[in-house]
Amino acid sequence: MKKLFQTLGPGFLVCVLLVLAACGGGSTTTGGSTPTSGTGTGSNLNIVFLPKQVNNPYFDTAASGGKEAATALSGKFQQVGPSSANAAAQVPFITTLTEQHVGAIVISGDDPNAVAPALKQAMAQGVKVVSYDADVAPDARNVFVNQANSEQIGRSEVDLLAQQINSTGQIAILSAASTAANQNTWIGFMKDELAAKYPNMQLVKIAYGNDDDTTSFNDTLALLQQFPNLKGIISPTTVGIAAAARALESVHKGGQVALTGLGTPNQLRQYVKDGTIKGFELWNPANLGYLAYYVAALLVEGKIKGNVGETFTAGKLGSYTIGAGNVVLLGPPTVFNAANIDQFNF
Amino acid sequence: MTTTSQEVERTKQRGQVSQARLFRLVNRVRELGLLIVLLLIILIVGIQAPRFLSIDNFEQILLSVAILAIVAVGETLVVLTRNVDLSVGSMVGITAFVTAYFFKQLPNINLLLGILLGCALGLVLGMINGLIVSLGRVPAIVATLGTLYVYRGLVFIIAANTTSQVNASDVPAGYLALATTQIFGIPALILIAAVIAVIVGYFLHASHTGRQLYAVGSNPEAANMIGIRRDWLVFAAFAASGLLCGLAGVLWGARFATVDATAATGLELQVIAAVVVGGVNIFGGSGTILGVLLGAIVLGTLQNGLNILNISQFWLQAMYGAAIIVAVVLDAFITRWLQRTILSRRKKV
Amino acid sequence: MKKVKSLLISWEALLAILLLISIVIGSVVSPYFLSGFNFNALTSNIMEIAIMALPMTLIIIAGEIDLSVASVLGLASVVLGLLWENGHSMWLAIGVALLVGLVAGCLNGLLVTKLALPSLVITIGTLALYRGLAYVVLGDQAVSDFPTSFTNLGFGSIPGTEIPWSGLIFAILVVIFVVVLHFSRLGRQLYAMGNNKEAARFSGINVGRVKLMLFMLSGVIAALAGVIFTARFSSARPDNALGFELYVVTVVLLGGVNIFGGRGSLLGVVLAIFIVAILQNVLSLVNISGDIQSLAIGLLLILSVLGPNIAQRIQVIITRRRLAAGSSKQV
Repeated sequence: MKKLFQTLGPGFLVCVLLVLAACGGGSTTTGGSTPTSGTGTGSNLNIVFLPKQVNNPYFDTAASGGKEAATALSGKFQQVGPSSANAAAQVPFITTLTEQHVGAIVISGDDPNAVAPALKQAMAQGVKVVSYDADVAPDARNVFVNQANSEQIGRSEVDLLAQQINSTGQIAILSAASTAANQNTWIGFMKDELAAKYPNMQLVKIAYGNDDDTTSFNDTLALLQQFPNLKGIISPTTVGIAAAARALESVHKGGQVALTGLGTPNQLRQYVKDGTIKGFELWNPANLGYLAYYVAALLVEGKIKGNVGETFTAGKLGSYTIGAGNVVLLGPPTVFNAANIDQFNF
Repeated sequence: MTTTSQEVERTKQRGQVSQARLFRLVNRVRELGLLIVLLLIILIVGIQAPRFLSIDNFEQILLSVAILAIVAVGETLVVLTRNVDLSVGSMVGITAFVTAYFFKQLPNINLLLGILLGCALGLVLGMINGLIVSLGRVPAIVATLGTLYVYRGLVFIIAANTTSQVNASDVPAGYLALATTQIFGIPALILIAAVIAVIVGYFLHASHTGRQLYAVGSNPEAANMIGIRRDWLVFAAFAASGLLCGLAGVLWGARFATVDATAATGLELQVIAAVVVGGVNIFGGSGTILGVLLGAIVLGTLQNGLNILNISQFWLQAMYGAAIIVAVVLDAFITRWLQRTILSRRKKV
Repeated sequence: MKKVKSLLISWEALLAILLLISIVIGSVVSPYFLSGFNFNALTSNIMEIAIMALPMTLIIIAGEIDLSVASVLGLASVVLGLLWENGHSMWLAIGVALLVGLVAGCLNGLLVTKLALPSLVITIGTLALYRGLAYVVLGDQAVSDFPTSFTNLGFGSIPGTEIPWSGLIFAILVVIFVVVLHFSRLGRQLYAMGNNKEAARFSGINVGRVKLMLFMLSGVIAALAGVIFTARFSSARPDNALGFELYVVTVVLLGGVNIFGGRGSLLGVVLAIFIVAILQNVLSLVNISGDIQSLAIGLLLILSVLGPNIAQRIQVIITRRRLAAGSSKQV
């Protein structure tokens, strides 16, 4: 008797679930294509940010910008995401958001292709998709809000470092995730700039810290051990540059090995003041978040379609035009150094 | 396997003395073996890259394994009793985060108070583990697997309600200095780890309770029958592991300075590697702190060597795995060989 | 023994009740729960763990454990990705990936059976070794450019229904494993081995060969899970399914299988799989993050063993009191 129960049990269970699934399959096809939650007018200003990872001050600042835009537009704002920068971890969030029929997903992709199937499914269900900071596959999103011209970022990073090391010597790059689209685009332009203008500088290694502090810290120490003549490091990631600065100081090499990259003023203030970092760049992440929210909201409300050439006004930031590849550009990056770092608070 | 257990039975019949001698022999052989392996690695790498042989570099190696060694000492206590503590990574993570946050909110607080807080938190978490295992009779692997998830989840809840990340600029310089100050030219971290290892090692070797721990691991039922308070000892071992994880967490925050809810994820694998490579028997009853220290140092030296030789870092984890397997295989062979040698010698008498 | 057996039957019944309760809670808590799309999502999310839990059940019942399954999954995934990236056909890539799983399982099995080493430590070692090899194969890179025909395996459903393809694979495997464990002589041998290895050997069972086959099976199934995982995330990365082995063990233990071997059934494991799947799904729908979901799973795991222990202790105390009262009455 027990054996019967034990054995027929799973079979019975699977049958029940199959029946459930078959019935359930019916309900979604008759459901129609418009989102069901929100106001009756069909506009659903429930916009959710999905950054590469959530324990990251850079994305928290972007989120504050998004919240500000939400208040200005009387919409809802939420941020969800994985605790480590991993594309496979982002997918379940996308699926959940699709089920919840949110108005729009604003995503910074850990891997442009890995999240594409889930995003396409979301778009098929009527959810708008806007990418920001790091792009995803172009057919898996409506618009990409880029923080600054990628070529400009890549080239100016190299120029900044070259100034500090007299354009001579071995350098390394401490990047984030190897699959992040923005990192790879910038690195591409960095290599180009090195080949074109700095024949006496050699790029000896690209290390991937995965936007994880401990990994980036250890990667920096490893770089110093592998290349004792290393003159400079570029770390185009806010997590990486902060960890690298600490690592350099922990072995008393702060100031001997030049360090630059992309970072937030608050995290790097002490390193600029004590000379470990002479200068670095960034844009205002809060503005990026603000603009991304605006674009998403306009898409949801149908005020723009996301096509090349459309113009719109994004609240306090002014007017923008959608450029080639359905990309909106925020503006030029800012260089921070000892002279101006106290003027900023983010 | 049958022959070995028969032999062990016969050995037991001739008194516990024989088995104790066997284990001591095994330990000495293992420690010697680890020393030889260490020297070999130093030799091989040193020839190819003389940079490896500098004092500075050795200091780096010891620094990189100091925190791991502290946790491994605690894990050893647990494994000796025929249990395992898989939650060490989560315990280090939660104490690191809470301590760092504590210092962020109260920057003028006495440094010692913060350290005690971290250790106390670790102690409490370890005691919970101990209660579940000894009182609740839940197998250690199940219990600590569960608390691995629970404690990690707790950090995330705390982080969600306080701050997602504590930065180096948020905490007082005194706290960060814990990781960088030097006493007599040796970094404080290394000294702390060494002192703890010496204290615990001496305790295990010389005290009555220490020997009881070994007895509990080699035969829990017998130990219980002859009056050793087995449950209390197991509880104490888990509590000690928690306490040491707490201390490790405090030091983790000081060394890495940027702490978030994912701190120390996956640490348990490295700890178990150090313990197994260090010659501690996973079934309990045998192993020394010196062995564990050597195990941790060998693994750290291996990692450093890979770096210096510019061998891809990606071989590192594979090497950890290979080291564990090799260590276990060697242990089995050494133990069986020694058993046969001892018994054959006794037979001649 | 009888009392424990009766406890076991009621454990599966308990799980069945828990499953029904969780479905009810789910539909109350979120309006999106009872939809085909959601069923599809929650099922496909757990299929890799579910598939790996089947051979894991057999292994634990037989008195061993295999903690390397997630690493084999990762290794198979990167091998698949590497072959695909270098232009080979998808079928070849899948075949080689499965072969890799077989070999990995074989190594586990040989170390445990031929050298008589404890499976707990050995599979912790191979957990690191195989994961490390995955990193050696692909390094920091990832392969994510897979064709839709492949990603449908993980992401798509059987046309006309909301049953994911991986669900179909799981259903077939469940049938096979149930027949093996509960209806064949091999299954009875597994229980015997778990209860008393020496007695099993003396009664003529070739314990070594059976265990070797079990580990090889576990390896192949883990590789299959790797193929499905890669398809679902359209992503072959060395860190795929990092940490999943703990989830697999959790699901098996929750299903009532005793960690020391000799007891348990597949019904319990299947029920546990769906309970965990629904729990994760409901928590996601109310925006509780994955890391906090793990907290719930961990609690569930501890309680699943603690609960019966406490229940048994109480039973013993009550029985003792009754006996004491009975004997005092006699006088």
